[in-house]
Amino acid sequence: MPRPGFVLDVDRSTPPTLFWRGEGFSLEKLPPDRSRVIYAPEPLPAIDDIDGTIRHALDHPIDSDPLREQMFAGMKLTVAFDDVSLPLPKMRRPDIRQRVIEAVLDVAAEAGVDDVHLIAALALHRRMTEGELRHAVGNRVYDAFAPSGALYQHDAEDPDQLAFLGQTAQGEDVEINKRAAESDLLVYVNINMVAMDGGWKSTAVGLASYRSLRPHHNPTTMEASHSFMDQHRSELHHSTWRMGQVLVDAGVKVFQIESTINTDTFPAPFDFLLKREWEWSAKDRAMYLGTSKSLSKLPVSAARKIFHSIEAPHQMTSIQCGEVEAVHRQTTEHVYRQQLVEVQGQTDILTMGIPFICPYNVHSIMNPILVMCTGLGYFFNLYRNKPLVREGGVVIMTHPTLPDFNPVHHPSYIDFYEQVLADTTDPHEMSTTWEERYANDDWYRHLYRTSNAYHGVHPFYMWYWGAHGMKHCAKVIIVGGNAKAVRRLGFVPASTMSDAFEMASDVVGRSPTITHLKTPPLMIADVV
Amino acid sequence: MGLARIASAIGPGAAAKVGPLDYASVDVPKLPGVGWHRVRTRLSGICGSDLSMIEGHASTYFDDVVSFPFVPGHEVVGELDDGTKVVIEPVLGHAARGFPLPFPDAAPGDGDDYGHLTAGLIEPGIQTGFCCSTGGGWGPEFVAHDSQLHRLPPDTPDERAVLIEPLAGGIHAALLAANGPAAAGHDAPIIAVLGAGTMGLAAVAGLVRYKPGARLVVGARYPHQQAAAHALGAHDVVPAGELARAVRRLDHCRLIGDALAGGAHAVIDAVGSAASIAECLRITRPRGRTVLMGMPGEVTLDLTGLWHRETELVGSYTYGTERLADGSTARTFALAIDTAATIGAERWLSATYALADHVDAITHAATAGRRGAIKIAFDLRNVAERMSN
Repeated sequence: MPRPGFVLDVDRSTPPTLFWRGEGFSLEKLPPDRSRVIYAPEPLPAIDDIDGTIRHALDHPIDSDPLREQMFAGMKLTVAFDDVSLPLPKMRRPDIRQRVIEAVLDVAAEAGVDDVHLIAALALHRRMTEGELRHAVGNRVYDAFAPSGALYQHDAEDPDQLAFLGQTAQGEDVEINKRAAESDLLVYVNINMVAMDGGWKSTAVGLASYRSLRPHHNPTTMEASHSFMDQHRSELHHSTWRMGQVLVDAGVKVFQIESTINTDTFPAPFDFLLKREWEWSAKDRAMYLGTSKSLSKLPVSAARKIFHSIEAPHQMTSIQCGEVEAVHRQTTEHVYRQQLVEVQGQTDILTMGIPFICPYNVHSIMNPILVMCTGLGYFFNLYRNKPLVREGGVVIMTHPTLPDFNPVHHPSYIDFYEQVLADTTDPHEMSTTWEERYANDDWYRHLYRTSNAYHGVHPFYMWYWGAHGMKHCAKVIIVGGNAKAVRRLGFVPASTMSDAFEMASDVVGRSPTITHLKTPPLMIADVV
Repeated sequence: MGLARIASAIGPGAAAKVGPLDYASVDVPKLPGVGWHRVRTRLSGICGSDLSMIEGHASTYFDDVVSFPFVPGHEVVGELDDGTKVVIEPVLGHAARGFPLPFPDAAPGDGDDYGHLTAGLIEPGIQTGFCCSTGGGWGPEFVAHDSQLHRLPPDTPDERAVLIEPLAGGIHAALLAANGPAAAGHDAPIIAVLGAGTMGLAAVAGLVRYKPGARLVVGARYPHQQAAAHALGAHDVVPAGELARAVRRLDHCRLIGDALAGGAHAVIDAVGSAASIAECLRITRPRGRTVLMGMPGEVTLDLTGLWHRETELVGSYTYGTERLADGSTARTFALAIDTAATIGAERWLSATYALADHVDAITHAATAGRRGAIKIAFDLRNVAERMSN
């Protein structure tokens, strides 16, 4: 039986705690008697018969007719699926999307459906490469659909591929992929890594245009989302749920398939990363030392290559399908079952080790903007009820924060870093002054549509993602980061964790409480 | 020269010890004829072309238009025998050499035939500071022709006046850029300047003042240079390596390979290396103009892009008579004197040295950027003169 999550109170006998530092790690000694470390629950067991469970779910949906009863010859069927941004790290083959899509296509074939399109729901993310698509959907599906043009990627900048469906009561424009909107049935194949994923966010975001993302991907909405992992207190989710209603009213028929995965995140020899430090065996300690020494001697590019080649052993723990909101309620419970850790009260200082990966740098570089987004956008938001850190507290991250960018994946990020952040780090101000210029830049648009580039506006969204965290915290410190880059982000660089605590004392005094969120593996702190 | 080149590679300023430069007493130059005057040096700047010469990097092109031995120093503020403060327009033009002017009121740098440079009353030499007959500003006294003298009000600070010559060079380049085929007809052309040493900043000052609508982007390597360009009023100042992206952001063009699909209407190269010229050509829009202000010497360049984009590659040497946007003409030096006062050019003079400390001075000038300096000069005034200035 896997052990639940755990909050360790640090005392003098507590071994040093592992902190991620991008493509490396460090062991940090936290001050005793006022520090605690939150450990994620151990991975739940995976479902034994995954394919059988998928077929069973398709035949027994929630608040919906079985999938085979919704299929008929001559119908127009669209299967949309989550893109390369999850799961993280990419999962060992076969990917869950492949298993689910194959099962859906089997049902479609039995019903004689031959007008089938498969669409990667990119929103404004970068287009996936052929290899990434093959990894997600499998070679059989790829070879059957891609050559004829029936497997493709959503293009949020192609006006001929978009359908405007109306506005929400709050005046939010809803515009999604035309083929998906006009199909007799839209099947959405989702992977829920975190509680934020899924629900109406799948279709209303994944298949949307810039026009339809603006109403919720903005600083005001992000600051009012407390947190992204708690849909009932997330303005982002309220907005997408309103948009979902517009889809329903417009007659878009969605069959939602949501799956959850466990937190079995790292294979050997990196499995020591999942363990609690006082339980490290001699082999684990040797692996830690060997790995961190070797990584420190490698060029960053080589270390990146090693980490991005990791294929995680995580596996499916549940699958549910049918009506979007009913499905998502169950999915969220499954995610919470895996990830929720009860934590008593808030802390003065929240520490977090930023790893090599986030949803937006798969096979790429964790640039400074993504470091900010991972820390203040994702990790800060891994809570329910209250943030882990008190308002006016301090966040300390560890990451090299090199001013390195992947020019193919993140061209507009480079300009954002050089131009926008040089002007302002205020999400509201940059939204007013700069966003549209980037969103409508012809070159970025061209690269998004034809290359493998994130949309021109995407770095703004990453910055907005951290807006609530930025507003909530009095100071953000990055330990071990490139000083110039850290300052460009508007944060404070520190050489060591001790220096960082000293710097934080200006804000939180000399004996602050400290909480380390030891993630990955992913978890959600239920702060009571 | 070979030894100087090797020495300069070892350390900045090393060439000053082993190169062609000697610190020695020489005879005061004789007045070559009518219209010539003795000038007593007060301040004399160290220019990039002086450093090239000392370090043995100057092109052999100049071998026939200079005469040895010469006293360097062409950025000079001095005084005449009657105490009048003057700044020197160093080009030794038609009038100084006793030839008719190419057109009425021509400046020393005007004309389209350089035959006079090796003939006339004085030995060959393109400028004061490169001619054995005249002496130069790096000596206590030299001779200058009426056509070279610009009389200044006595209260003009020497520290400002010594910047007038480089300012004139920058303004000339600025107007060449602004009058190029792509920029001239445009109210708000994009004009980029790569390099923000003294000359780059001078060009920025010229553009801000004489092409005020231009959207001016400056690529500057060092923070103090970036601050100086900002202070002059540049629209966008970025680290030099980010200039292409900054121009693209203004133009909203695409990037094809490492060249901009469009780009700046005109670009001024204030560096003068193969890499800087290549970068400027990449960010100049098709049928735009690249102005070479930095002296390039012998460089290797792929000019395919220039051919394909029909880019104008234009040299910018010294100054002369300028055509302004309203159709009027003006002497570049007159514009520079005015601009120097407007911007308070004296703030660019970072340090001065006595002639005896020439090795330190040249070392400082050769490393000015990384040491946070802009202009280094020799100070030949006595203490009382310094105090009263």
